[in-house]
Amino acid sequence: MSAALKMQPAAPLVKLRDLTVRFVSRDSNVSAVNGVDLDLAAGESLCILGESGSGKSVTLRALMKLLPKKAVVEGGIEVAGRDVQAMNERQLQDFRGSTVAMIFQEPMTALDPVFTIGTQIAETVCRHEGISRSAGMARALELLELVQIPSAKRRLAAYPHELSGGLRQRAMIAVALACRPKLLLADEPTTALDATVQIQVLLLLRELQEKLGMGVIFVTHDLGVAGEIADRVAVMYAGRVVEEGPVGAVMRRPLHPYPQGLLGATVHAGLRGQRLTTIPGAPPSLENLPPGCAFAPRCSLAEPACTVAVPEARKVGADRMARCIKV
Amino acid sequence: MSASPKSPVDRGGPAQPLLTVRDLKKHFPISRAVVRAVDGVTFNVLKGETLGIVGESGCGKSTTARLLMRLLDPDGGEMLFDGETVGGNNNSGGVAMKEYRRQVQMVFQDSYASLNPRLPIEDSIGFAPKVHGVSAGQARERAHELLAAVGLAPNQYARRYPHELSGGQRQRVNIARALALYPRLVVLDEPVSALDKSVEAQVLNLLMDLKEKFGLTYVFISHDLNVVQYISDRVMVMYLGLVVEQGPVDAIYDRPAHPYTRALLASRPSMDPDKRRSEPPLTGDPPNPVNPPSGCRFRTRCPFSEKVCETTPPPATDLGGGHLAACHMAADGSGHSKAGGIAA
Repeated sequence: MSAALKMQPAAPLVKLRDLTVRFVSRDSNVSAVNGVDLDLAAGESLCILGESGSGKSVTLRALMKLLPKKAVVEGGIEVAGRDVQAMNERQLQDFRGSTVAMIFQEPMTALDPVFTIGTQIAETVCRHEGISRSAGMARALELLELVQIPSAKRRLAAYPHELSGGLRQRAMIAVALACRPKLLLADEPTTALDATVQIQVLLLLRELQEKLGMGVIFVTHDLGVAGEIADRVAVMYAGRVVEEGPVGAVMRRPLHPYPQGLLGATVHAGLRGQRLTTIPGAPPSLENLPPGCAFAPRCSLAEPACTVAVPEARKVGADRMARCIKV
Repeated sequence: MSASPKSPVDRGGPAQPLLTVRDLKKHFPISRAVVRAVDGVTFNVLKGETLGIVGESGCGKSTTARLLMRLLDPDGGEMLFDGETVGGNNNSGGVAMKEYRRQVQMVFQDSYASLNPRLPIEDSIGFAPKVHGVSAGQARERAHELLAAVGLAPNQYARRYPHELSGGQRQRVNIARALALYPRLVVLDEPVSALDKSVEAQVLNLLMDLKEKFGLTYVFISHDLNVVQYISDRVMVMYLGLVVEQGPVDAIYDRPAHPYTRALLASRPSMDPDKRRSEPPLTGDPPNPVNPPSGCRFRTRCPFSEKVCETTPPPATDLGGGHLAACHMAADGSGHSKAGGIAA
């Protein structure tokens, strides 16, 4: 929920205020994130929806201070009451893994190919909780059982390449959950998986989130994934959140023309023989954003006022927000 | 037929399938084993239709595409193009490879990797016509005509290089290039999978328009069941190198007969947060194609598996209307306790 909408007095687990991220090099200046405000309550599940280049993954990485040195990060990033930007390397090492953990799209590149799954999980637990290696391995076994890997005991000794895609993704989830983080960040965790495996992993993540009471931020481009897992969604376009609200409301009746177009362009049953409604054109270059609303050049409802200033976040009802002057 | 590209003639008439594939096989040897990537696949592609091929990774759908295009040589089976054997020579009759490749073209998933980064796009599109004996000037003209047809203004885009285009624009160029030789069949291997949703819809609309305009036939491969349902007339479902079910799109989506097809359809995330799934339709991953299960290859994940499924590979059973399912439950007298119970 944006700052203006914030109602609950309890400190949120995640508090992003006016986050901007720019990638500056000698010959380019890419504005990847341009003023994002987000709150996440403990135990809540938020989905950031957006297309490639919308800034969704960059936002996620900023929460763990995982962006490269050349990224210029500004704005407030608070996770579990701590200022992430102010942390030094040492503090970050404690923070990552124990307070916040991340799972990635490609488990094969995120896991270390030369260590067994058991070793990789135990390493995390030993590092953070200072327990013995054998206790770490015992915890690893528990975690593999938690993520429902069949014959978990045998799989402890398996290397990542010996597992199928679905099991590898489960193993990565186990690594992320090793130190019971309060916040789990997931960057397209099911995009690389087959349909029958994707739904298994989604349901597992939903179950784990409820069981462990974690806050989860999910990044995806897939509306269906958001529909299965999210409490709330935030739709991003060109580095800004253009709409935010409860998943059901946003998917049934989006307020902003961009999610409206996205929903119309999503192929589903019952469209056979009809032309698909499309959003004309392509997303803007992040090196050279249009003035005002970044979606205006593709928007059928655009008028001159849209290009004057970036639309304010407008509150709609108790729990929805859209950045559009027509709302 | 002369070497100069022009609109090819229909030989066998509308009733004859454009492409007939019988018992097609491709096995890849790896150290001490063989991957049976495509293991006896039989289907027709009818003139003017779109045949959708769906399946999970490792099911052999992309290998099938490469076999259709003859980018891979099959290890067994037969392919007839408009009634003529593919890859024949003057003595045996049939359609020669160069002529076949002119009439069958392909569009790949990775729009960037499939264009030469050092050629302006008009040269990439005009390349094949030049190889087939068209003058440089005419090839250029053809390239401009096609760029216009795919919605890229030639005066603005013709001299651009692939890196100067967006993903959606590059995929349009790939489609234009595939059409340069007036093909009759276009094999589209995951053509929209790498594109963002808003661009995907644009490219799907374009493909539908071009099909009508140029009288094309498509083989459309995708893992996205919604896209396949939208674009296909008939659908073929593959699992571990075999076709488990094929038929008209409505039969497959409304009355799926094979348990795998049903599970695949039920695995689609619901678009309604109030109707979330509570149980995954299948557990586990597809088995390794190096060592597929005996009998029915789906039996290890099938909730209805019985003794007969272990011993006997199920034959394709005709459920009427061209709807075929390779499942013992679909065939009367197969020995399965539910035999005949799922006839469409």
